[in-house]
Amino acid sequence: MPVRLADFPRVRYGMPGNAACPGCPETMGLRYVKMALGDDVVLVIPAGCSSVIQGYTPKSGINFPILNIVFASAASAASGMQAAFESQGKDTTVIVWAGDGGTGDIGFQAMSGAAERNDNIMYICADNEAYMNTGIQRSSLTPYGAWTTTTWTGKKEHKKNIPMIMIAHEVPYVATATVGYPQDFIDKLRKAAKIKGFKYIHLLAPDPVGWKFDPSLTAKLGQLAVQTGLFPLYEYENGKLTVSVFSRLYRKPEKRVPIIEYIKVQGRYAQLMKDPEKIKGLEEEIERQWKWIDILEKSSNPSSVAQQIIKENK
Amino acid sequence: MTQENSTLIIKDAETYFVVPISRPDFGSSGKTGSWRTERPVVNEEKCTKCLYCWLYCPEDTILRREDDMVYVDYDYCKGCGICAAVCPVNAIEMVPEVKRGEN
Ligand SMILES: Cc1ncc(C[n+]2csc(CCOP(=O)(O)OP(=O)(O)O)c2C)c(N)n1
Ligand code: SF4
Ligand code: SF4
Ligand code: SF4
Repeated sequence: MPVRLADFPRVRYGMPGNAACPGCPETMGLRYVKMALGDDVVLVIPAGCSSVIQGYTPKSGINFPILNIVFASAASAASGMQAAFESQGKDTTVIVWAGDGGTGDIGFQAMSGAAERNDNIMYICADNEAYMNTGIQRSSLTPYGAWTTTTWTGKKEHKKNIPMIMIAHEVPYVATATVGYPQDFIDKLRKAAKIKGFKYIHLLAPDPVGWKFDPSLTAKLGQLAVQTGLFPLYEYENGKLTVSVFSRLYRKPEKRVPIIEYIKVQGRYAQLMKDPEKIKGLEEEIERQWKWIDILEKSSNPSSVAQQIIKENK
Repeated sequence: MTQENSTLIIKDAETYFVVPISRPDFGSSGKTGSWRTERPVVNEEKCTKCLYCWLYCPEDTILRREDDMVYVDYDYCKGCGICAAVCPVNAIEMVPEVKRGEN
């Protein structure tokens, strides 16, 4: 169902006066979670910017009940919390809201475990492509060529493809989204909340501080990431991958916005701007993304492909 | 465990542990409007009430009147300029703050 803006009631979904930097993608994303799912939601937040955005006790700058917890335990704590709600007959949605470091590196084992058990929780990775809260260190989700305080000359490795890794867990629902297209994100949240089992949403969150761009461009960069083909929007549901409406046009390389439009406004890519040869590394990332999408779309049901291979080998 | 016992335990817990619970409220980091160097000003003549600015404002400081005309909560708006950047008809202008603390 498409989302109509005027249909939303005139209530405050966010929590003004929080500690987030101006133009913060995480506060944007959290507001969309509220708009999509309402009040019957509890967040589990491992260390990261969203722990700090809450501000000073006794007030909290995030408009949800929150369990703040250590990196290694976010997904398992959420599984336990959901089980407790269920035993009380409540169907409260339990969501892990974690950064890219908390998801792809430090909290990965707990998330993978919860996915393997198909626990009935939602996991949202707010991917700002580095450890921002501790001062912009590289994570495994920092893209090729990007500056961080630990990759001075640009990262040499490619971005870890977490959504595809979650698809390989064969959970009921995996989706990508960005704060550049809130309606798409809200749609996906509402859909995910209705599904029983493990749901994973990867939210690209352009960060004015860590990516070094003007804070007015947060939404625009979320859109450019999609329009350049670098961050395709898709959903994986019951073994079937579908490219989302906002990304369909950009599957054809000739329709894509040139990658230079995306990188030239970001200070973290200053090195790439000086050395056009290196831009090829990012273009390769685009190709890799779409290659996986093609493969999964064609086979449509990877588990049946796997079974086919096992059968043939017997 | 008897009711009395459990009460006792809870009472003991209260004596020994102060569990800090924060509750959602405005201004957990103060009046963040003072962070602003530029303020968004809505031109009501130009505004088509598309609500894009309302949708994208990270701080929830774009507010809607009954008729969906938008206005800004200057107490907390951090001046990021996203509302002005996403407005399709350029109805929001970012105007430099004259002096600090004037709002
Ligand atoms: C086990 C452990 N290691 C390191 C830290 C320090 N630490 C706190 S927040 C943070 C960065 C988190 O980055 P990310 O998950 O990407 O979230 P972001 O801050 O970008 O939102 C780190 C390394 C910690 N709290 N616990
Ligand atoms: S560093 Fe980025 S994610 Fe963290 S609070 Fe600032 S803008 Fe938000
Ligand atoms: S300048 Fe930023 S914080 Fe202020 S109203 Fe516009 S979008 Fe919201
Ligand atoms: S984005 Fe512009 S036209 Fe749309 S409601 Fe806001 S000010 Fe009005």
